[in-house]
Amino acid sequence: MLQDKDRIFTNLYGQNDWTLAGARARGDWDGTADILARGRDAIISEMKASGLRGRGGAGFPTGVKWSFMPKKNDGRPHYLVINGDESEPGTCKDREILRHDPHKLVESALIASFAMGAHAAYIYIRGEFYNEAMHLQHAIDEAYAAGLIGRNACGSGWDFDFYIHRGAGAYICGEETALLESLEGKKGQPRMKPPFPAAMGLYGCPTTVNNVESIAVSATILRRGAAWFSGLGRPNNAGTKLMAVSGHVNTPCVFEEELGVPMKELIEKHGGGVRGGWDNLLAVIPGGCSVPMLPRDVCDTVLMDYDSLRAEGSGLGTGCMIVMDKSTDIIAAIARFSKFFKHESCGQCTPCREGTGWMMRIMERMVEGRAEIEEIDMLEQVTRQVEGHTICALGDAAAWPIQGLIRRFRPVMEERIHAYKAAHGGTRPAQVPVGLVEAAE
Amino acid sequence: MSVQSNAPDGVEPTHFEFDHDSEQQIAVILAKYPPERKASGVLPLLYVVQKQMGRQTGSAWIPRVAMDVVAERLEMAPIRVYEVATFYLMFNTRPIGRYHLQVCTTTSCWLRGSDDVTAACKAATGIRAFGETSADGLFTLTEVECLGACANAPILQVDDDYYEDLDGPRTEELIAALRRGERPAPGPTIDRLNSAPAGGRKVLVDDVARKPQGQG
Ligand SMILES: Cc1cc2nc3c(=O)[nH]c(=O)nc-3n(C[C@H](O)[C@H](O)[C@H](O)COP(=O)(O)O)c2cc1C
Ligand code: SF4
Ligand code: FES
Repeated sequence: MLQDKDRIFTNLYGQNDWTLAGARARGDWDGTADILARGRDAIISEMKASGLRGRGGAGFPTGVKWSFMPKKNDGRPHYLVINGDESEPGTCKDREILRHDPHKLVESALIASFAMGAHAAYIYIRGEFYNEAMHLQHAIDEAYAAGLIGRNACGSGWDFDFYIHRGAGAYICGEETALLESLEGKKGQPRMKPPFPAAMGLYGCPTTVNNVESIAVSATILRRGAAWFSGLGRPNNAGTKLMAVSGHVNTPCVFEEELGVPMKELIEKHGGGVRGGWDNLLAVIPGGCSVPMLPRDVCDTVLMDYDSLRAEGSGLGTGCMIVMDKSTDIIAAIARFSKFFKHESCGQCTPCREGTGWMMRIMERMVEGRAEIEEIDMLEQVTRQVEGHTICALGDAAAWPIQGLIRRFRPVMEERIHAYKAAHGGTRPAQVPVGLVEAAE
Repeated sequence: MSVQSNAPDGVEPTHFEFDHDSEQQIAVILAKYPPERKASGVLPLLYVVQKQMGRQTGSAWIPRVAMDVVAERLEMAPIRVYEVATFYLMFNTRPIGRYHLQVCTTTSCWLRGSDDVTAACKAATGIRAFGETSADGLFTLTEVECLGACANAPILQVDDDYYEDLDGPRTEELIAALRRGERPAPGPTIDRLNSAPAGGRKVLVDDVARKPQGQG
């Protein structure tokens, strides 16, 4: 497991001063101009060599993404846009960077922008993170006042402006193109791709969208070297990662760890163990609500990283785990996500708009058991019809938790249906007319 | 959307004008975006309206006349502003109580007792269902989705502040304090430091500010 000397976020819990003086004492803004002096290409190759993969969920290599920005400026400005929307249920890591280590983000934003030929960066912070945005704004103001950003940032000759833009309560604005629409002053509705943001992003200009954590780690990677970072974790799953554990553990918390550590060790060390002991574990959702859950036997051995979780039919996602013990009504837990996705669908494409509503309604009946056994297969089929047939990945995200439930807990769903039938008399079809279900909502 | 008012009869004001504080904020906001991209200012300006209404009337909401003022200022069609104001959940298009109680009921919070938080909010305010305002006009209760603070679940957001690690009794105490005109410090309501584990940090225990090793 990770030692303190290899932690990037050394003020994770806000135990020390988060302002410029404290950040400097922890090593931020140390030799920033020297890093910039290495030049764009050198910075990007170092980031590629570090093996850093995007921390926003999809895991795309960060250095490679930066290299997609046009090398030459065609007259349009370039932009870095940082994704601080953090709204995926279960996920609570970027908040800690914004409020307790904001200078890591500001310094890294300067370096990343320089590497992409961008003189301006916007960060889109979810509206609810009001106090967090205030901390970051304070850090930005300090950096301007100290000449670290703005005109001739750090004396490097590069001009750089950094702006906060607050969202206003819409999960879909975390999807990168919806985020750009929102930043342009529109409803947050995802765009069709291509064109990709690197060709046509914010205001029609070349843009890179990166997660807060992906950006915030880059100054440290460049200072300590790609070899240091890639020496942590496992091949193709390099480095450290902010993770969290919520739900039925003794001590829910946020923490930074190496990738590739067994999930069980993380839950026991940081989470203080599952409530009632490991044997009381029912399932874990490993990385935010859109990745499928894993039953206990998989959790016994699986490693927390991109490839290990993918091999189990799930994913690392945001690395923030939701732990559920045996007292959990697992159908209700997943049904709550279906309600979430229904609520958050932007309504632009039919399979998602209709499908999320349909999935939510049938999941509500599944919670009660007021359904037919065959409807489990029907539900599965609906998720397959939504998955991969929408403009953005919210459709997939809505489908996967339900697929995970059916795959891992089908007997529980069947039992619930039998119990309902037994309690409500006989073998009649249990489904009430569709109109009634809707009227009851 | 409809351009009809969302507000109950008689409360929709006929006039809105930015005050001095708001004008100062707007100057800072508009400097962030290229001059020909003023529309980017729509979310921030709607926030400015909502805050000003809160200051002036005790109810932080956005009347339609104010949307028209925002549209004019940003050189946008009013319908575009109405669209935005109704798309985003944090804009209140109807009057609300002085305190906005927002309970997160998404799974991480639910697993740790958000039902108790909801019940306590109802018991302490007399509100019967989400979306209602208490009879005394002090509180509006809203159900919200994951607030991005799940390691401190369950959460009640009061206006801009998160109250964390709640249970029923502590929720009732918090509401009683608000009623007395107090604003308890936001954050965990149990003995823990932010998102560190309860009982003390397991890492970064040596908490003296220091430079990480290996830096040149
Ligand atoms: C519905 C939806 C919501 C998303 N929410 C977020 C978010 O809150 N934060 C984030 O960084 N990425 C989010 N993403 C992923 C972004 O689209 C994008 O892949 C990411 O910001 C890229 O950053 P990275 O390469 O640094 O990971 C979301 C994607 C989808 C489809
Ligand atoms: S998949 Fe859903 S959220 Fe995404 S664009 Fe389509 S309707 Fe909107
Ligand atoms: S589920 Fe409540 S804060 Fe995430």
